[in-house]
Amino acid sequence: MSIAEKIVAGDIRAAARLIRDIDDMLPEARETLKDLYPFTGKAYVVGITGAPGVGKSTLVDQLITHLRKAGKTVGVLAVDPTSPFSGGAILGDRVRMQRHSMDEGVFIRSMATRGAFGGLTQSTRSAIDVLDAMGKDCILVETVGVGQDEIDIVQSADTTLIVLVPGMGDDIQALKAGILEVGDLFIVNKADREGVDRTVNDLRLMIEMDEKRYKNGWKPPILTVQAVFDKGVKEIIDEIEKHAAHVRSSSERRSKARYEKVRNGLSEMIKDRIIHEVLSDLVESGEFETSLQLVLDKKIDPYTACDNIISKRFRHGNK
Amino acid sequence: MNKKRRLRVLVAKPGLDGHDRGARIIARAYRDAGFEVVYTGLHQTPEEIVQAAIQEDVDMIGLSSLAGAHMYLFPRVVELLKERGAHDIVVCGGGIFPEEDIPKLKKAGIKEIFTPGTPLTEVVAWVEQNVEARR
Amino acid sequence: MFNKKELEEIAADNKRWQRIFKESVSKTPERLKRFSTVSGRPIQNLYTPLDLRDLDYSKDIGLPGQYPFTRGVQPSMYRGRLWTMRMFAGLGSARDTNKRFHLLVNEGQTGLSTAFDMPTLMGYDTDSPRSRGECGRCGVAIDTLKDMEILFEGLPIDRITTSMTINPPAAVLWAMYIAMAEKRGISRKVIGGTIQNDMLKEFIAQKTFMCPPEPSMRLITDTIEFGTNEVPRWNPISISGYHIREAGSTAVQELAFTLADGIAYVEAALKRGMDVDSFAPRLSFFFNSHLDFFEEIAKFRAARRIWAKIMKKRFKAQDPRSLWLRFHTQTAGCSLTAQQPYNNIIRTTLEALAAVLGGTQSLHTNSLDEVLALPTEEAATIALRTQQIIAEEVGIANTIDPLGGSYFLERLTNDMEEEAFAYITKIDEMGGMVAAIEKNYPQLEIADAAYQYQKQIDEKEKSVIGVNKYVTGEELPVEILQIEEELERNQIEWTNEVKSSRNNSKVKAALQRLGEAAQGDDNLMYPIVDAVKAYATEQEICDVFRTVFGVYRDPGVY
Repeated sequence: MSIAEKIVAGDIRAAARLIRDIDDMLPEARETLKDLYPFTGKAYVVGITGAPGVGKSTLVDQLITHLRKAGKTVGVLAVDPTSPFSGGAILGDRVRMQRHSMDEGVFIRSMATRGAFGGLTQSTRSAIDVLDAMGKDCILVETVGVGQDEIDIVQSADTTLIVLVPGMGDDIQALKAGILEVGDLFIVNKADREGVDRTVNDLRLMIEMDEKRYKNGWKPPILTVQAVFDKGVKEIIDEIEKHAAHVRSSSERRSKARYEKVRNGLSEMIKDRIIHEVLSDLVESGEFETSLQLVLDKKIDPYTACDNIISKRFRHGNK
Repeated sequence: MNKKRRLRVLVAKPGLDGHDRGARIIARAYRDAGFEVVYTGLHQTPEEIVQAAIQEDVDMIGLSSLAGAHMYLFPRVVELLKERGAHDIVVCGGGIFPEEDIPKLKKAGIKEIFTPGTPLTEVVAWVEQNVEARR
Repeated sequence: MFNKKELEEIAADNKRWQRIFKESVSKTPERLKRFSTVSGRPIQNLYTPLDLRDLDYSKDIGLPGQYPFTRGVQPSMYRGRLWTMRMFAGLGSARDTNKRFHLLVNEGQTGLSTAFDMPTLMGYDTDSPRSRGECGRCGVAIDTLKDMEILFEGLPIDRITTSMTINPPAAVLWAMYIAMAEKRGISRKVIGGTIQNDMLKEFIAQKTFMCPPEPSMRLITDTIEFGTNEVPRWNPISISGYHIREAGSTAVQELAFTLADGIAYVEAALKRGMDVDSFAPRLSFFFNSHLDFFEEIAKFRAARRIWAKIMKKRFKAQDPRSLWLRFHTQTAGCSLTAQQPYNNIIRTTLEALAAVLGGTQSLHTNSLDEVLALPTEEAATIALRTQQIIAEEVGIANTIDPLGGSYFLERLTNDMEEEAFAYITKIDEMGGMVAAIEKNYPQLEIADAAYQYQKQIDEKEKSVIGVNKYVTGEELPVEILQIEEELERNQIEWTNEVKSSRNNSKVKAALQRLGEAAQGDDNLMYPIVDAVKAYATEQEICDVFRTVFGVYRDPGVY
């Protein structure tokens, strides 16, 4: 059996190995992804994002339980930031979901963002495709929502959950506008804490202020939950289903959603590829170091250095 | 790009032992050395550890034990890896071990045992020299 | 303590001396780049009356047995009675441990202390699949009341106190002890001892878990209440810093987090409607005695002063005994090395000395081989002798708080008190210790401190003799204790015998009643005692709690 065939048949080791190869950007991985693509498009992808410490992993753990009870198979991608200093990462989200590790219907995979070098954003998308092709009914993607990369990941989801906790107050104002535009459901977790009403109200104001911004005509609901006590989690699943039904129910919405997903996917893939190829070539060929030294020595200015680099690669079109 | 592939390592606490100071410190040291470290927390059964290792496609499992149950737990992990066809995952251990248990553990397939007092740099160097990304 | 004119003269002299000091070290630099304690606290080259200029002897230092108790909680301290020599022991089966208990008592220890194995600590029976390979390995295996009866056979528990290091299932083991005593005709009003029973520090550091924080607090408050009403000579809780320190915290963190835990327990009992003086005198504490000699002594003295102030001002306790911080100390396990293990005898000795100079009520000294295995008889005996020699040959127990008045020590005591209060205030602002734990605050502080310390050792900023300095290739052989292979099988068989010879419908009924009580508000100790008397196993009882209260899982904070 080819690797793709094994994965479609549900082979865990083959899927795990492929995700690793994708992460490490091995060329053979791309070929397998091409073989797998026809088998994708069946899974329902849910993105879960929010600041560190809001309880995303605990929520994902409970979502898995509910989904399994409803008979669905689940794939989970838990993304944690790579250390900018060492390039390493501690991937600790899995701890909170470990009780599901022996459930054959659940596949949990931890991934690191691996920094800016055309890294994880693309890998996570591809990993979603792998879990999709494997036959997982629902794929949960958990990321830390503070940077632009993380919002991009979430744009490849069918439903996106933004998770907050009470007392964030001014932080809601500081939350990037992007996050509020991308959220389909707003979850206020640890709802037993002080300030929950204020947080809910702040959110409500923000949502109601700008009806035109509603994605695909869906007004995002606000849910208060206590994930650790499994309070309110069923309601989240219900809302996700409502959202899915909302999109499904009109062919216009359906095609719009699909258009956005494919468009985002393709443009991000191209962007990543360009960045990766150009930058790695620049570094490997030593051209970056040379240009950098020229700027440091004040022999040329950085704008000129940049122009030189780009004109070499794009005007003559062969790269 | 023919860079050396980033290592993925699982740091695990098998059994009921709750002493995790060392495990968490070594996880940080591995991260600082550039590895991706999956940390599965306390109270893991050997089955859970092996399942995680396979799903995460790790190159090495580091087991930590300070409550004396290593003679059952460590070889059990190696056994399960073999059963699941993942015997190429390197297993090493750290913690408290009577001297005479160490050769027994190595015979059972634990590649190296690190005892208290081993500098973090030494552990990291060993991993870098002895563990490769699985192909 | 000194008048203004005296201080001015001293200040002038000191300034001159510091210049001379600087000159002398400019030629040959100081021994180290930085002089600091094990916890990283910077230390001056000299301490003088100037460091105590704001100190008032009567108000801040005081006399033994008087507020604020800096110099000791009892008026007579070791002049009246030495600290209890209480060696933590537990291995293999109840029979094996009973043997060790008798040995230690014969060798002169004055209190019993029980170490349980991992399954018992976690509320599992030996036959649970989770217990595979763990029976008897780090302490004694207890599955039913029958084991408890064997454990204390032949020991005068009406005259000697017993400490049990047990946390999530503490109520169960305590019930077994009470039942065992009553079976021997010894009333619960007479037995004395301690159960550790401190779940907050489990969530922070030691990590033997069972149920989530809220129901754990309920169970603990039940035991405190039960102790007040039923077992008046017992300490129903030992609020611990030992494990927090072992997990890598600094000395001030150990101090602050322990006392903050104490505040949480007092508040929980008050919320239950109990009067503070009805339970506070029986709250006890447990600290680590680590290597940095003066930092540790200062820590113990600061602890007494801080707790007295908290109990008096914050909780308005009236009974003077409510203000006493009584504590047990264990020398630092994490300071021992596997390399050149005989060096550990010296480390333990110095740590024990610090605990005694700090005024501990009770002391356990580690054995030299504990970095390798459970202690042998020989090693445990040397550890006990360490205490006996300190008590009787060295003269430091001849007077109370001999180091009181030392400029260095009093200044350290003040500084640590100040820093601990800062932490406590911060925790209060977070909403108390339970809230702080949910936010992972103490756990992260400890993880950071532990990592920093390890790096200092790796970079040789801190010396560990035999490990990063004076390392030799050869090691002197140390004989270590072996736990027999058949132990696990034998224990399972034995417990099955107990289960088949008991009245199983009685057990079922007792567990049923326990489940109902757990869902309500009744004090759970009473149904637990009934269940253990019917020979329900520890896990059978704990499983009821797991079902009703839920299971707590490690959040994996690193």
